[in-house]
Amino acid sequence: MENQRNILLEAKNITKRFGGVTALDSVNLNVHTGKVNVIVGENGAGKSTLMKILSGVYPDYEGQLFLNGEEVSFGNPKDAMKKGIAIMHQELNLIPYLSITENIFLGREIHNTFGILDSKEMLKQTKSLLERLDCHLNPKTLISDLRVGEQQLVEIAKALLEEAKVVIMDEPTSAISDSEVESLFRIIDSLKKQNVSILYISHKLDELFLIADRFIGLRDGKTVGTIENVEGATKDDLIRLMVGRDIKNKYEKDVVKLGDDVLSVENISLRNVGSKLKYIIKDINFTLKKGEVLGIFGLMGAGRTELLETIFGLHSKVMSGRIVIDNKEVKIKSVADAIKNGLGLVPEDRKEDGLVLQMEISKNTSMASISGVVKNGFLNHKLETELSKKYIEALKIKTPSEKQLAKNLSGGNQQKVVLAKWLATKPKVLFLDEPTRGIDVKAKNEIYHLINNLAKEGLGIVVVSSELPEIMAISDRILVLSNSKISGEFNQENASEENIMQAATL
Amino acid sequence: MTDVKSTLVKFQSIIALLVLCIVLTILSDKFFTLENGWNIARQISINVCISVGMTLVILTKGIDLSVGSMLAFSGAIVAGLLKFGLEFPSINTFVGFTVFGAILAGLVVGGGLGVFNGWMITKFKVPPFVATLAMLTIARGATMLWTGGFPITGLDDSFAFIGTGWFLGIPMPVWITAIVVVLAIILTKKTKFGRHIYAIGGNESAARLSGININKVKIWVYAIAGILSAVGGIILTSRLDSAQPNAGMSYELDSIAAVVIGGTSLSGGRGSIMGTVQGALIIGVLNSGLVLLNVSPFWQQIIKGFVILIAVIMDRLNHPNEN
Repeated sequence: MENQRNILLEAKNITKRFGGVTALDSVNLNVHTGKVNVIVGENGAGKSTLMKILSGVYPDYEGQLFLNGEEVSFGNPKDAMKKGIAIMHQELNLIPYLSITENIFLGREIHNTFGILDSKEMLKQTKSLLERLDCHLNPKTLISDLRVGEQQLVEIAKALLEEAKVVIMDEPTSAISDSEVESLFRIIDSLKKQNVSILYISHKLDELFLIADRFIGLRDGKTVGTIENVEGATKDDLIRLMVGRDIKNKYEKDVVKLGDDVLSVENISLRNVGSKLKYIIKDINFTLKKGEVLGIFGLMGAGRTELLETIFGLHSKVMSGRIVIDNKEVKIKSVADAIKNGLGLVPEDRKEDGLVLQMEISKNTSMASISGVVKNGFLNHKLETELSKKYIEALKIKTPSEKQLAKNLSGGNQQKVVLAKWLATKPKVLFLDEPTRGIDVKAKNEIYHLINNLAKEGLGIVVVSSELPEIMAISDRILVLSNSKISGEFNQENASEENIMQAATL
Repeated sequence: MTDVKSTLVKFQSIIALLVLCIVLTILSDKFFTLENGWNIARQISINVCISVGMTLVILTKGIDLSVGSMLAFSGAIVAGLLKFGLEFPSINTFVGFTVFGAILAGLVVGGGLGVFNGWMITKFKVPPFVATLAMLTIARGATMLWTGGFPITGLDDSFAFIGTGWFLGIPMPVWITAIVVVLAIILTKKTKFGRHIYAIGGNESAARLSGININKVKIWVYAIAGILSAVGGIILTSRLDSAQPNAGMSYELDSIAAVVIGGTSLSGGRGSIMGTVQGALIIGVLNSGLVLLNVSPFWQQIIKGFVILIAVIMDRLNHPNEN
């Protein structure tokens, strides 16, 4: 059915593994000439990984890439750029204190035989590039003086300078205003007319219908289908493309009898200092019972992590709202206060925020409850060893000894050490932010069982996760965040992937 | 095999020190003598005191460039208070100082300057390099102001005991330094505070999320660096029986060198007090040896520079995965 001539870029059976985790599993993808090809999929479906392979950021993968029917491989982003594939990253890659022109010509400056830069020529070319984009910025403006939307234009201009045939846009509208979105879409239109292909990723389903020529669904690292006829497609079709899945490694949660209220928060808000969006989270209310697992779902940027951090005292100067623990209002102004009041937080990024990688398991375990291993004013080696041994056994941490450095453990075992650190503080409520990110299926299941067991012991647990099947499997109740607010609440009976995704994209 | 290698790595500074001593013993008959040994020990004692504080600072991923100036200012304060006391003409009051009182005042001043460093770094987020660079000139200027640019000499005889006296056959500066080193080892290895220092240097974000009060720990660390600079200043002033306005110039460089040669990582979280002591010994022995061998002072500096480079390259080879 597909006309061979229309396919500009083709990916065949692309597989990419990170350690034991398979991020992409035999993905096939066609990019059509002069079309806006939209990739949809949940967080973690492998979209960004695929884009990084197409643009040469990840040179190691299995499978083949074809450009105009010819097999190609890219050693680095510059290679890909030379062949006509440019990427506009989620985080913009511009140097803030250089001008638009200097950024566009970075690494390919025009100069004479003596190495003296030809600024006039570069300015001229920049001007004509910006004109092609219908943009009237002064080419001498510093990047730091531009708004995010304007910076994106510079990225696009940079791509055009290399005569890009494919421009990859990864969540380009996540950080720009509505009017900037409009002008971005105008530019996409004009690029199409110049026969440039766009590969577009976004979570904002509604806006996709404005620009998409075709949809490609990516799920759990696999391509699951395409919608070629966008005219007849609805938002429901897209959601089905994103979440409909075959069930594997199904985890069954044991039912836990719920106890009294242990934590309730009222009107929790977090102000966004110095930004147009006034609140990162606004007026959040929920109550958590002993033994309950409360799931919090939301797409990227919905404020999930910030909600946990705010309650945990990390943003005490810009937050408002009441926190009640065991029916007593508490003031949490620091992490130390949070720990004292029985809260624990297992952060999203265990390597950046959870562990001191070059320290032993034992020292990491005692870090948040170090007073417990102090005897007569001095650290007691025996107490510390006992403490970590206890948790190595209880959480089945695979390690030759408690003296092993954290950096030498696998992802799943590292996560268990972070858990051990918090369990050692004897918390009443445990916040888990993406507790299974980047760990393999088997370890994931172990973590799920651990969560279930902790709930049985009467802990209240809040889990933030961007993986729908995970959050549905482990939670008693699910709150959905969208645009800084709670946009839906579901229990075991009425939660379905479609319902939750609907609420998350409100 | 790997065991042999890791043992070699662990003791590389001691091995380097031993090799250095053996070579110098062969080359010069004056090197391996008791007298020269005490000389070296006395000479490095000040650097060790300062470098202990510097080690704590560097373990938190910081740096303190102001140690030499803090040393000079504290030393001058002690000397000035001892000799002249404090006069308040407006209220017609004079406060005299005993040796003990003057020393205490010197330590408080050193600690105060350190607290100021820590306050700038934690409260105003001034990078440690810049905050302590500013203190380097501030404290030097304050020293000039306090002394009028002239040495303060002719101090109390009992004060001279600190820098020149002997106790149980061992020079006093060596005693003081040994006590500082022992306390610092206990502090780093055996206390909550010490553990927090390593945690902050290893991963500040993880430390904060574990409830550690980062600012408090850092301010204390810079305060200790200030106090230990003052200890160095007191020893130096006592030994010379004089507070020189330009005392301690470029001491920060010898101190950072000792810490780095001793295997403490400038990116924080890894290192030890004993390593720093070994680093200071290597520098001290090298200095003494080069003088005994009549190597020109110009060459001495060049050689010292290369020793620092070699030490850091060795460290990089042993820890390839650190930034």
